[in-house]
Amino acid sequence: MSSENSKLYFYPLWLRIWHGINALGIILLIITGISMQWGVESSFIEFQAAVKIHNISGVVVTLNYLLFFIGNIVTKNISFYLIKPKGFFKRLTKQANYYMFGMFRGMKSPFPLSEKRKFNPLQKFAYVMVMYLFVPFVVISGFALLFPEIIIDEIYSLSGVLLTAVTHSVVGFLISIFLVVHLYVASIGKSPLENFKSIITGWHNIH
Amino acid sequence: MKKLQFLIFVLILVLFVKVKAQTPYDDPKNHACLKCHSTQIISFQNEVTGTEMKRLMNPYYVMDTIAIRLGVHKSFDCTDCHSYDYTTYPHDGQLKLQPMSQCLDCHGGDPTYAQYQFERIDEEFRKSIHHQKSGDLFTCASCHTPHTYRPTARNSNTVKEIVSYSNNICLSCHNDMNRYELISGHENPKIVQIHEWLPNQELHFKNVRCIECHTQITDSLMVSHNIMSKDLAVRKCAECHNSNSMLRASLYKYANLQARSDSSSVKSIFFNESYVIGAQQFPLLKKLSYIIFFMALGAIAIHLIFRYIKK
Repeated sequence: MSSENSKLYFYPLWLRIWHGINALGIILLIITGISMQWGVESSFIEFQAAVKIHNISGVVVTLNYLLFFIGNIVTKNISFYLIKPKGFFKRLTKQANYYMFGMFRGMKSPFPLSEKRKFNPLQKFAYVMVMYLFVPFVVISGFALLFPEIIIDEIYSLSGVLLTAVTHSVVGFLISIFLVVHLYVASIGKSPLENFKSIITGWHNIH
Repeated sequence: MKKLQFLIFVLILVLFVKVKAQTPYDDPKNHACLKCHSTQIISFQNEVTGTEMKRLMNPYYVMDTIAIRLGVHKSFDCTDCHSYDYTTYPHDGQLKLQPMSQCLDCHGGDPTYAQYQFERIDEEFRKSIHHQKSGDLFTCASCHTPHTYRPTARNSNTVKEIVSYSNNICLSCHNDMNRYELISGHENPKIVQIHEWLPNQELHFKNVRCIECHTQITDSLMVSHNIMSKDLAVRKCAECHNSNSMLRASLYKYANLQARSDSSSVKSIFFNESYVIGAQQFPLLKKLSYIIFFMALGAIAIHLIFRYIKK
């Protein structure tokens, strides 16, 4: 709070709580998910334990997702996730260009963050994809696997359960790729730990 | 002239079609044997009293003329296998005591039938519980009625037909008190009772051949004939449900529902032990996931190096 104009209160408490639980839950889901993919004999976490942790984390992340979904609408935080289609692809490539070349040539960020712009276009796109497409998909398919009687028996002679299991893990994999990139991109800042501190304290430095 | 040519062509065609469809059994009513052996009531002239007599036919000797014409031996006449002396009526009682031809008498050692591996089938059969328990009382014909047998496993396009045809062969004795006792000398165990442990019994019986669990399956022989005793039969669900993705998925569903029905608490939803393995079942997806993962790591590493250099 030392220099008021260079610090913004970006992440309200509810959002930080959601993010914290989500981060922990997703990490547990990824680790146990990968472990289960190795099968019963060669999984690195005891198989039954992995199943239990995965199921419980899944339910926690689902409930937490409701907090995110409702919280976003109630607090108008959703406005940061709305994409204006016109010229969006251009803005995306501009931001990607900045990450790939611009930042090494001393260019200024093309979309500096402000009270009105919490995410740059690339961030916005990634977050919308993950939070409004991938996560809902794994939540729904995950619950379908907990209650397999609701899954269609056969889809073009392929087993519905198997198809659900495969797409569940494919999308889960995409989320884990997102997590890796998300963690790395978060380290791009004045100092590598700066963004990590902001998501804990809520305060974001504007340079 | 053209008309004549056309007529000859049609004549040849008709003849050909007729010849092709012909079996000794096409006209059962006028067939020397089938005129009696395809009806329930037979009538004959009693030469002693000079009157016409009627009798009920022994139901076991009534032939299904349609099934005969669909069977593998449809082109053989009755007396090709049965004694020619049967053409006289009343049949000589002694004829019954003559040994019948066995399948291998024709099929064994003949290169025409080499692809069917009759000798290996015989070898396998001799190891089976059928031969062990009943010896020579049990013959090929005990299962494969030579009158009507059809090789459905080779010719049918529908799995359901193959399954039901094959299972009916087993059930013709195992579900028939008299036929079972005739060979084994004791009463048949009740199929439903001895399979009580099997989940979804009816579904299994309809969709899986008995021999799938009750034989030693070898991939070099189309149908294994080494029927094993029940102690050696497959009893582990996973032996079938693990190797086939569709079966595995249905087992998952079954195990999941079973676990939840055993205990109705919320706990059983989370802690039930059924599982289905996802993307790793597909080597392509596995490979693709490694490529994408390492590409992402590679890109991050390169970016990191540039960040370090340009600092």
